[in-house]
Amino acid sequence: MMKHESIETNAALLIVLTLAAISIGGLVEIVPLFYIEGTVEDVKNEDGKDAVRPYTPLEQLGRDVYTREGCYTCHSQMIRPFRDEALRYGHYSLAAESQYDHPFQWGSKRTGPDLARVGGKYSSAWHTKHLMAPRSVVPESIMPNYPWLMDKLDITNVQGKMKALKAVGVPYSLSKIEFDANVEKFGEDVAKKLDINAAEVNIEAQSKLGNFDGDPDNLTEMDALVAYLQILGTMIDFSKHDEAEFVKFR
Amino acid sequence: MSQSAAVDGAGISSSIASSVEKTYLEQYNYDIVKKFALMAIFWGIAGMSAGTYIASELAWPFLNFDIAQITFGRLRPLHTSGVIFGFGGNALFATSYYIVQRTCQTPLWGGKLADFTFWGWNIAITIAGIGYLFGITQGREYAEPEWYVDLMITVVWVVYFVIYTMTLLKRNQPHIYVANWFFMSFILAVALLHIFNNLAVPVSFFGVKSYSLFSGAQDAMTQWWYGHNAVGFFLTAAFLGMMYYFVPKQAGRPVYSYRLSIIHFWALSFMYMWVGTHHLHWTAIPDWTSTLAATFSIMLLMPSWGGMINGIMTLSGAWDKLRSDPVMMFLITSLSFYGMSTFEGPMMSLKSVNALSHYTDWTVGHVHSGALGWVAMVTFGSFYHMIPKIWNTTIYSLKLVYIHFFLTTIGILLYITALWVSGIGQGLMLRAFDEYGNLAYSFIETVVFMHGPLVARAIAGMFIVTGMFFMTYNIWMTIAKRNTVTDEATSAAKA
Repeated sequence: MMKHESIETNAALLIVLTLAAISIGGLVEIVPLFYIEGTVEDVKNEDGKDAVRPYTPLEQLGRDVYTREGCYTCHSQMIRPFRDEALRYGHYSLAAESQYDHPFQWGSKRTGPDLARVGGKYSSAWHTKHLMAPRSVVPESIMPNYPWLMDKLDITNVQGKMKALKAVGVPYSLSKIEFDANVEKFGEDVAKKLDINAAEVNIEAQSKLGNFDGDPDNLTEMDALVAYLQILGTMIDFSKHDEAEFVKFR
Repeated sequence: MSQSAAVDGAGISSSIASSVEKTYLEQYNYDIVKKFALMAIFWGIAGMSAGTYIASELAWPFLNFDIAQITFGRLRPLHTSGVIFGFGGNALFATSYYIVQRTCQTPLWGGKLADFTFWGWNIAITIAGIGYLFGITQGREYAEPEWYVDLMITVVWVVYFVIYTMTLLKRNQPHIYVANWFFMSFILAVALLHIFNNLAVPVSFFGVKSYSLFSGAQDAMTQWWYGHNAVGFFLTAAFLGMMYYFVPKQAGRPVYSYRLSIIHFWALSFMYMWVGTHHLHWTAIPDWTSTLAATFSIMLLMPSWGGMINGIMTLSGAWDKLRSDPVMMFLITSLSFYGMSTFEGPMMSLKSVNALSHYTDWTVGHVHSGALGWVAMVTFGSFYHMIPKIWNTTIYSLKLVYIHFFLTTIGILLYITALWVSGIGQGLMLRAFDEYGNLAYSFIETVVFMHGPLVARAIAGMFIVTGMFFMTYNIWMTIAKRNTVTDEATSAAKA
């Protein structure tokens, strides 16, 4: 039998064996997730298109604001399959719903409520008021005010950001072939919003149409952030799906 | 034989002639140890003050003052990076460089390269910390620094590994002492975790923004594999290395069990890497990973307590030191907190307990019983032992060490108790139903409930920061005392 002395008198052996000991756990638990089918559910709409789509450029810029402000330090985006959470927030979160999230923002702490399905729950006017001064709408709130969100939204590098996201696997389109693939996958309306070449036009159109911050003349960070919040958790229409369809992935 | 090897490794005992000590003082690189130790204290004050401030923001939200740079969301990473990488990291560099030289009985390899790790590490944390205030973050807990800081850290870490390994290779001792196994495990694991969790594509070469390579469920798995092992290796294995040197030294006794140290070293190194997924119980990751993580978390209790027992039992035959030696009190209390939080951790990794505790302050309290009770206290004890040694003097005031000890202990106990109340209370309220089966409380009612405990927690933070000021003063005076003595000696020689 090998004596432990041979390890503690040989630095190279100590290093090699330690590396082996620390590598196994990650290999067993993480690597399969990239290969096992069903880790991320494939959720289709009735028309056969993907229910979950990448964020529009405006929503993605809003998501960048969300990350920048460290919202994840107080808000989760991951509803667990418990009765109280179902009543409070809605259907439990699916892996599919965050498949285009770079990085994921599931969070680990609920100093404030979960936001995974906050989309559509409040009006955009409420969100704007709440973000500007939370205690004006929720007197007991301990959230900071975010008045600087009314600053102009910087869209100069939006195409660069979309290209970087494309590089990590988000299906934004640059070429005609990629655009057509998106039409096939998400339908034409969505595909148009994912076209990198039309990013600025799309931002303009969505913010005008949505009028998220109540100020249609200026494109603000508030527009982007509220557009993002309003889409959260709304992509899958759970009334159209049987519960058994998702249980098998758990 | 092995037992005696461990004893030898624990350093040259005080019984050995002080002349030997003097020669080593001249050849060991203590300059680098001094720099890192002082920076650790600086970051400790900065990081813990930031923590107390954001704790106060939760209790009294007006403290956000509508200033973007100091809102909770931006300041929180400054707190976590400040205490983990600033305070913890500098303390580990200091003690590991000290320990590896003394237990290998050879000066640090690489000369000025050690200075590179000092500047590189501290500049990287400073750049990252300033960036957080301006919203530059990857949005990954405990891995917030953006890609360019990650690259700097990687380079520093590789140099650290090379310095450490080369020093081990030129040791004048046949055996590599147990403290060094833990430091080596820490260096390797942190390299692995840091690299894989920070894989990202920058938007441009001159821009600060990047997007993580993985998304959603896979990204979550990678992040918490990293996140929990930052605890497991940065805040546990490495500090066990510290413990394995300073506890025997301060006690003047050999390590309790050589065999136990072997078993718990390998078990700890192997098992920690499996448990990260317990941060993702009941989320959208496959259930089997979650179950596997919970299983390993429970098993991890054994190697964790192996370390605690080995540390505390080292004091057998010298228990009286717990009455007379405040440095020993720091070290043994740290091991007690280590034992407590490594019991609480596996308990919280049970899915049923986690259903309640996850997303609440209970988790935050648990982290702090480990980070303050174990990590900070073992560091304080080690510093009170090491700093007089490297400046070749004695501590300025033991009384101030006592005061620091009691301020810290009271602060930690208040902290974790407050967050047990806050966390368990919120968890219970959120899952409560009324007699008709409706939710008994709205979310905001839990926020109102948490106000009292959050005030108590902020006060607890003030205790700990106050303790830090006592430590700083004491160490300042210790170094000043040494300088006066040297100056007098020099002037006497001149005269």
